[in-house]
Amino acid sequence: MNRKLYDKLIFDHSCPGRGGYDLPHRIYPDVKLPEDLLRTDTPALPEVDEPTVVRHYTNQSTNNFGVDTGFYPLGSCTMKYNPKINEALAANPAIAGLHPHQPADTVQGALQLYYMLQTMLSEIGGMGEFTLNPFAGAHGELTGLMVIHAYHDSRDDAARTKVIVPDSAHGTNPASAAVAGYEVVEVKSLPDGTVDLDDLRSKLDGTIAAVMLTNPNTVGMFERRIPEIAEAVHAAGALLYYDGANLNPMLGVARPGDMGFDVMHINLHKTFSTPHGGGGPGAGPVGVRKGLEEFLPNPRVVKTDDGRYDIITDSPSALGRISSWLGNYTVFIKAWAYILSLGANGVAKVGPLATLNANYVMHALRDLYLLPIEGPCKHEFVFDGLIDKSTGVTTLNIAKRLLDLGFHAPTIYFPLLFHESLMIEPTETESRETLDAFIAAMRRIAQEAAENPEIVKTAPHDTPARRPDDTEAALHPKVKFADL
Amino acid sequence: MALHKYLPHTDDSVRQMLEACGVASLDELYADVPAELRLKGKYALPEALAESEIAYAFDSLMRRNLPLVCFAGAGAYDHYTPAAIPAMLSRSEFATAYTPYQPEISQGTLQYIFEYQSMMCSLTGLDVSNASMYDGATATAEAMIMAVNSARKRRRVLVSATLNPATAAVVNTYARYHRIAVEVIPQKDGVTDRAELEMMLGAGDVAGVIVQTPNYRGLLEDLSGWADLIHAAKALLIINTPAIALASVKSQGEWGADIAVGDAQSLGMPLNYGGPYLGYMCTTNALMRKMPGRIVGATTDELGQRVFVLTLQAREQHIRRQKATSNICSNQGIMTLHAAIYMSLMGADGLREVNRISANAAHYLASELQNTGKMKLSNPSKPYLNEFTMTMTDPYTTGQLLDALKQRGILGGVAIDDREVIIAVTEKRTPQEINEYIETVINL
Repeated sequence: MNRKLYDKLIFDHSCPGRGGYDLPHRIYPDVKLPEDLLRTDTPALPEVDEPTVVRHYTNQSTNNFGVDTGFYPLGSCTMKYNPKINEALAANPAIAGLHPHQPADTVQGALQLYYMLQTMLSEIGGMGEFTLNPFAGAHGELTGLMVIHAYHDSRDDAARTKVIVPDSAHGTNPASAAVAGYEVVEVKSLPDGTVDLDDLRSKLDGTIAAVMLTNPNTVGMFERRIPEIAEAVHAAGALLYYDGANLNPMLGVARPGDMGFDVMHINLHKTFSTPHGGGGPGAGPVGVRKGLEEFLPNPRVVKTDDGRYDIITDSPSALGRISSWLGNYTVFIKAWAYILSLGANGVAKVGPLATLNANYVMHALRDLYLLPIEGPCKHEFVFDGLIDKSTGVTTLNIAKRLLDLGFHAPTIYFPLLFHESLMIEPTETESRETLDAFIAAMRRIAQEAAENPEIVKTAPHDTPARRPDDTEAALHPKVKFADL
Repeated sequence: MALHKYLPHTDDSVRQMLEACGVASLDELYADVPAELRLKGKYALPEALAESEIAYAFDSLMRRNLPLVCFAGAGAYDHYTPAAIPAMLSRSEFATAYTPYQPEISQGTLQYIFEYQSMMCSLTGLDVSNASMYDGATATAEAMIMAVNSARKRRRVLVSATLNPATAAVVNTYARYHRIAVEVIPQKDGVTDRAELEMMLGAGDVAGVIVQTPNYRGLLEDLSGWADLIHAAKALLIINTPAIALASVKSQGEWGADIAVGDAQSLGMPLNYGGPYLGYMCTTNALMRKMPGRIVGATTDELGQRVFVLTLQAREQHIRRQKATSNICSNQGIMTLHAAIYMSLMGADGLREVNRISANAAHYLASELQNTGKMKLSNPSKPYLNEFTMTMTDPYTTGQLLDALKQRGILGGVAIDDREVIIAVTEKRTPQEINEYIETVINL
C-alpha cells in the first residue's frame, strides 16, 4: 500500500473535449423523439481519456488495503484468501454474454453449475435444499425470514408476529426481522456469551415465529445447549434460523441441519472464498430443511427426471420473488470452484484450522489483553481491550495503531456485550508466520501503551489518510462533487 | 506434500500451535460440540480437483450453453464493456478489500464510491446517492419501504402496470411481509393511465407512487404534472429508469421525483446470466436521512487533507438494529466502481451516443419488421428509445418467432405472451445481425 495519499478525484482530471470511448459507426437514420420527454441539460460527468482513467484508478487502488495486501483479521467477516482461478473462470466471456432470459434449454451448463452448488451447500449445511438467489448475507436473512413467514402463513398461524434474537447478534438480524415485518424480542446472553436458555424459554410462546442464532456466536463460543434450544423452539411451534456468518469453523465439524436449525443462509463471500469487493457483490444462499422447500423463492432451479435442468418461475407456495433472476451468478462460479479445489477432505479441514489459528492468537495475547470469556474459542474471539486500563489506551487507539504496523484492524466495538470489544478472526489461509507477526504487533502496542501511550493514542501515523473528522462529515454532509 | 495450496499450515506448525494452545489435538478445540452433533464420516462432496481439472470441468459445462446474439432486454441490456473496466476491477487492492471501516487505509474504495455517488446525482438530477442497492428490483422495493417510513401511517403504494413484472414481483414480496398495500395503476395503450392514477390518489392514504420509464414495454412515459399531483396527496414519487437512458431522456430530477431508482447494469455491465448487477438509489436532501444503505461523504483529516468516510451511519443496522432504515449492510463496492469507470470513460457524450446508436438501430429494426407484415408495433403512437414491443400478426406466435431465431443463433426478445414480444437493440448489434433477424422473420 502506498502510504502517500493520492488525493485526486476523476473530476479533477476532466477537460472539455476529451473522451475515453469509441463506438461503431452505424448507418441507420437518426430518430427524432418528442422534446418534452428528453433531457434538457447535460449530466456533469467527467471528460477524460482512457490512459488518464486507467492511471487514476490504478493510483486510487494503491491507497487501499485488501486481503492480498496483508492480514485482515476483521471479526465475523472471514477475510480469507480469494483464489485467482475463481476470478479467471468467472470472467469467462461465455458467461458474460448470457442473458437471464435465455431459454433453459440454451443454458443447461449454467444451470447445472447452479444446481451442483445448490446441492453441495445442502450437504455442507445439512439442509434439504438451497436457493442461491439472495444477493448478500442480509438479503439471505430477509429471505430466510420470509420462508418462515410463508410457512406460518401456510398454516394460517397469524399470531406469530415476533422474532427472537440474542443481544449479541449481528445488527442485521434484528434489522432483517423488521424488514420482514416482525417485532424483535431480545434474549439475554449468559456471562459465558451463550444464550440464557431460561430467558429464552420465558419468551417462547405462540407469538414467536422464529429464533435467530449464529453458532458459534459473535463472541466465538459454540452454543453447546443447541439441542435443548432447538427442542424448546420447536416445542413452541417456532422455527430456528441459522445466521451463517460464522459457518467457517463448523466446516468439517458439524452441520446446522444436524443441530436442529430449520432455515439458514451462507455468506459465499465469507466461508466460500469469494471476494468482498470493497463491500459487494456477495451472495447469501438460503437453505431449508426437508419439508420447507416449497416456500423457497421463485425462480428455482430443479433437475428433471430425464437429467435436464429447468427453472420454476411460478410456484404458488413460494414466498414470492426476492430477485429478478437467479442471483449473483458469477459469485456462484467462484464458490463452486473453491469447493471443488478443496474437495470433500479439504473442506473438512477448513473449520479446525480456522479455529486453531484463532486459539493460537488468543493464547499468545491473553496475558496483555482482557479475555472476558474463557474456553477454547472457535474461528474468532473477543478481547475487551487491554488488561491494563490505567493507560487510557482504547480499542479504537489499538485498531489505528495496527494500521501503522501494516495490519488491517479487527472488528471493533462489536459485539455490544463489552465496552472495548476487539473481535479477531484470523481464518485458515494465514500462516503461522503471519500470525506471529500480528501477535508481535499487538504485544508491541501493549508495550507502547504502557511506556509511550501518546504514540498509540495519536495513531495512525503512517497511513495515506490520517484520522478523519467524522463529526464534520455528518453535520455538513458533502456527498457529491458538486457539494465540495 | 503441502496440505492444500490455499492452506499454509504444515503438520509441524499444527503440532506446535496446538501445543502453544495447551491442547493435544484439533478435536480437543471442539470439546464443547456435543458428540451427537458431530459430522459423521465424510461430506458427500466430490474429491479435490487440480486447478487444471476445475478449468476443464468449467469449460465442459459452459460448452453445454448455447450462446445467442442478444436482442433481449426487459431489464438487462447487452451493452459493450470497455476493456479498461475489467482491468481495473481485477486490481486486488479493490477486489479483496471489505467495507471501508478503516478510512485511513480505504481511501481507494471511499473515493470511487464518492465519484460514483457524484455521477449518479448528475445523472438522476437528485441530491444524494447511496452505494448499496443489489439490483434495480430490490432498489425499487427499498424505495417503497422508504416512502412508507416517511409517510408514517399511510400504507398504500401505487405501482404502475407498466413496471417490469420481475421488479413488480419483488416489490410485491417485500410489501406482503412488510404489510404494505400495493395497488396497480392500470395501463392504457402501453403507458400508465393518468386518469386512473388521479382517482386512486383521490381515495387517500397513499405513501408513494412507483412508475418506470422507459417502461417494461420500452415506451417513454409522459410524467408531466405527476409530481404536483402526487405531492398534493402528500405521497412520494418514485421513478425507475435504467441508468444509461438517463443521459438522454428526462431524468427523475426533471420530473420532480423524490426517489430515483433503477438498475445500473445498462452501464456496460456484462449480462452474466443475471448478476451481479447494481441497483442505484438517489433522493432529495429532505429525505437523505431516510435513505437506506451506505453513503460516503467528504471531510478533512488531521493533516488537513480532503478525505472520505462512511457517513450518516445513524440510519444503519449496526447502530439502529431493528429501527434502521433497512437491513442492508453491504455496499456494492466493485459494481459501483464498474459504473464509475464506465461513466468516466464514456462521459455524457458517450452515454448519449450509445443511446442514439441503439435507438436508431432499434427503430430501423422495428420498421423493417413491420414491413414483413408478420408483426407490428403494439403501441405505434408511443415513443421509445432502444426497446419496443411488437404484436405478431395472425397466425404467427411469439413462440414460433423466438424458436426460428434461436435456430439462427439469435435471442429474439422476451415474450410477454403468445402475441407480444419485447425487443431491445444495443450499439453492439451489427447490421448483419439485424438483417439476419429481419430475414428470419421474412422466412417465418
